[in-house]
Amino acid sequence: MLVSERKPIEEIMEFIGGERTVFLLGCDGCAAASGTGGEPEIRELKAELEGRGITVTGTKVIDFLCQKALIRTGLRPFATALDEADSVVVSTCGIGIQATATVLDQAVHPACNTVSLGGIRGEWQGEERCAECGQCFLDVTAGICPLTACAKRLVNGPCGGAKDGSCEVEPEARRCAWEVIYERLERQGRTNLLRRAPLQVKDYAKMQPPVDLRGTRKWAVDMKTTEGVTS
Amino acid sequence: MKLSDLFNAGQFVITSEVAPPKGIDLGEMIENAELLKPRVSAINITDQQSSVMRLGSLAASQMLKERGIEPVFQVTCRDRNRIALQSDLLSAWALGIENVLCLTGDHVSLGDFPDAMPVFDLDSVSLLAAAKGLNGGVDMGDNELEGSPDFCLGAVVTPGADPIEPQLIKMEKKIAAGATFFQTQAVFDAEAFATFMKVAKGFGVPVMAGIILLKSPGMARFMNKNVAGVHVPDALIDEMANTEDRPSTSVGIAARLIREIKDLCQGVHIMPLGWEKRVPKVLEAAGL
Repeated sequence: MLVSERKPIEEIMEFIGGERTVFLLGCDGCAAASGTGGEPEIRELKAELEGRGITVTGTKVIDFLCQKALIRTGLRPFATALDEADSVVVSTCGIGIQATATVLDQAVHPACNTVSLGGIRGEWQGEERCAECGQCFLDVTAGICPLTACAKRLVNGPCGGAKDGSCEVEPEARRCAWEVIYERLERQGRTNLLRRAPLQVKDYAKMQPPVDLRGTRKWAVDMKTTEGVTS
Repeated sequence: MKLSDLFNAGQFVITSEVAPPKGIDLGEMIENAELLKPRVSAINITDQQSSVMRLGSLAASQMLKERGIEPVFQVTCRDRNRIALQSDLLSAWALGIENVLCLTGDHVSLGDFPDAMPVFDLDSVSLLAAAKGLNGGVDMGDNELEGSPDFCLGAVVTPGADPIEPQLIKMEKKIAAGATFFQTQAVFDAEAFATFMKVAKGFGVPVMAGIILLKSPGMARFMNKNVAGVHVPDALIDEMANTEDRPSTSVGIAARLIREIKDLCQGVHIMPLGWEKRVPKVLEAAGL
């Protein structure tokens, strides 16, 4: 299971910035089990955002946000609500946020940090990877994880090592993550996001799973309790 | 002496660089530095360039300093976490080093220890911010220092990157974080450099154009294929291929490039790659 925890509403509001309308997306898989992305949590997040003057154009909880086919079919009835939204706030793990950003190709904000891939593994077939860093960076990177897609795990933009769009580490097999991020933002008319993004510094303390997750069934299935970080 | 003092005085600044040895015999490095000394304001000391393990840039910088040669201490984020980086910066100041060039660094996979841990705890931008913080008397955790350094902080930029916008955005981030001058990746195309400088000059921070001495047409083709952000135009490759005297043609090309770009920027940084003794000839031919 990919255990996620909700980011504070203040952080989500910072991501939303000057935008006025959002679409809310949850996940009935690991995120629902984590207590971050199921129906009740999406209702709660909707109320929190509306209480801060944000218009929610629609909400949807999809069975597994890591499955792009399910995102496509699940969101088909919501085309208008998605078009009306300045951005999509996704309350799930890093894989689901990245998969959503790829499928929708519009501004996506993470509402969660992913803290562990422990217990029962989620299964996804896409190329997205999550570093369970506990400080999701996907808001400033167009929904492409800089910790797993960039060989140097750079969080403040590209190094000078890319040649013809290829990473210096595995030029045959790996594209420069920051070029892919830039291309996506350029397509979306949002390259200013890179300019606006504050200085990012990784917090390695958050990369250790939270203390109150260990010893719970969310950490490992053979533990005795389901009580955990998000319960 | 800080490079920023020279820029502030309106001087066209010339720097070059040397590489510490793989081993402890510093003779050749010092010899190269002595060759460059009369013609440059400062000399960069590379930090295990191309991720090849060598004697450290901190010790080598100090060796130059004690010989009256102004070092530019290069620091990369590849091998040290934020504790070691901040500590080495404090050590550098204690040794009298005033100029620091902050880089992300090549990945370990390019060097002779591809199995080493690539650290990259910080990157060029956060390293600059950390160094600027030390200048202001606090470390990255906002803890107060007992006495603080006052470094002149530099950074690098690749004018030939394609696309260029991400490089320019990162350049702005580096300036915001504390960079007060830039040295560029090698420039071979004056026109492309002029296009880059049209935007970069708006940032108001001195830029030193990087100049590499071409040694052979093969070297130019190798760089075109393998070195990020470097493009040697075919005309220059042909010039090197059709000459009977490669060194003097190389000197001629470098001098011509410098003449073409010197009014666009605030200095040049020459990377001689073993041809240190030809640097004075290049500068003379360029009218510097």
